[in-house]
Amino acid sequence: MRKRRHSPPPDSPPEAALQGDSWQVVRIRAGDVADVIRLDHRVTGLAKPDYWRDMFERYGRRRLGERMFLVAKTVGPGTLPDVLGFIVGEVRAWEFGSAPCGWVLALSVEPQARLRGIGKALLGALAAEFKKAGVNKMRTMVARDNQLHLLFFRSEEMMAGPYIELEKELD
Amino acid sequence: MKLHVSSRLAIFALLELAARPEQQLSVAEIGEKYGVSSHHLAKVMHVLGRAGLVRSARGAGGGYQFSGNARRMTLLDVILLFETLESQNHDPAVGELSEEGHALREVMSEIDDIIRATLGSITIATLHKLVRRQRERRPRRTAAAS
Ligand SMILES: CC(C)(COP(=O)(O)OP(=O)(O)OC[C@H]1O[C@@H](n2cnc3c(N)ncnc32)[C@H](O)[C@@H]1OP(=O)(O)O)[C@@H](O)C(=O)NCCC(=O)NCCS
Repeated sequence: MRKRRHSPPPDSPPEAALQGDSWQVVRIRAGDVADVIRLDHRVTGLAKPDYWRDMFERYGRRRLGERMFLVAKTVGPGTLPDVLGFIVGEVRAWEFGSAPCGWVLALSVEPQARLRGIGKALLGALAAEFKKAGVNKMRTMVARDNQLHLLFFRSEEMMAGPYIELEKELD
Repeated sequence: MKLHVSSRLAIFALLELAARPEQQLSVAEIGEKYGVSSHHLAKVMHVLGRAGLVRSARGAGGGYQFSGNARRMTLLDVILLFETLESQNHDPAVGELSEEGHALREVMSEIDDIIRATLGSITIATLHKLVRRQRERRPRRTAAAS
């Protein structure tokens, strides 16, 4: 049975840290950014170091009450990387009239560590942060062909919302 | 979009069986809940059996037992055993080769893609959670129906 710890380790800000058998969910720290860059590179095939450094500055350092950048970190020695997964979220309001809502902006789990509940724990920790920020709805936008993301969010009982994403090539 | 009645019955039967993987349920028991004839349901169960999703149990009362993985089996996997989705239908539609036909096809394929992505991402286990949610929202009605 997975343990849930409600007091965070002294060096990490989130109030609800979730701990698995050998990992826990905490707020990102500067030392984790390189691992996030590597993990995202492995998962997407694209290296985006500047993007993730900027995301860390925007979501990991400022306005932390409404912006969340959480990582699942290995606890103790082992063969797995330090950062096993990450999730980024933000409370946004009044875009096209939408009431304040928690947006899940990114989520990835280390391929070797999937299907152990890490994604679920990351989303659970983010949802807890959203609730603390006073919102009671969570939303995300996923690629139609990203079956893993879709299966995952659906298994969390997320349904299609009232918005449709539209786009166009700019000439 | 409307699902073929066999697809609907297959999904309902899998929900029933997956909820009680240790138990056998007869075609009559499942049919009674959904108000369908055992005859139609028996054909559906036969297809599910051939696909390895259910196992027929011999002996008195001889029912069916779930033998798939509810957390990995999507609604699309089940539906495709009984029908093809529009996007797979290769018969040319009226006017399809015209520019107008292409434009209309582009719009219709948006819908097809969403149908496919939706049905392909909801597993029997996820649908089961949605059933539970309905039950919690409407406890009286469900209690009255069962
Ligand atoms: C989606 C993702 C985050 C899930 O992480 P995870 O740690 O494996 O997820 P969990 O173990 O918490 O799974 C929770 C539930 O999601 C569903 N799920 C996850 N992976 C699944 C799969 N491969 N098949 C079917 N269902 C799946 C299941 O319902 C699962 O519960 P179960 O194991 O009890 O059946 C992970 O697969 C991932 O990172 N995918 C790539 C994402 C990506 O493309 N990122 C780049 C852009 S940001």
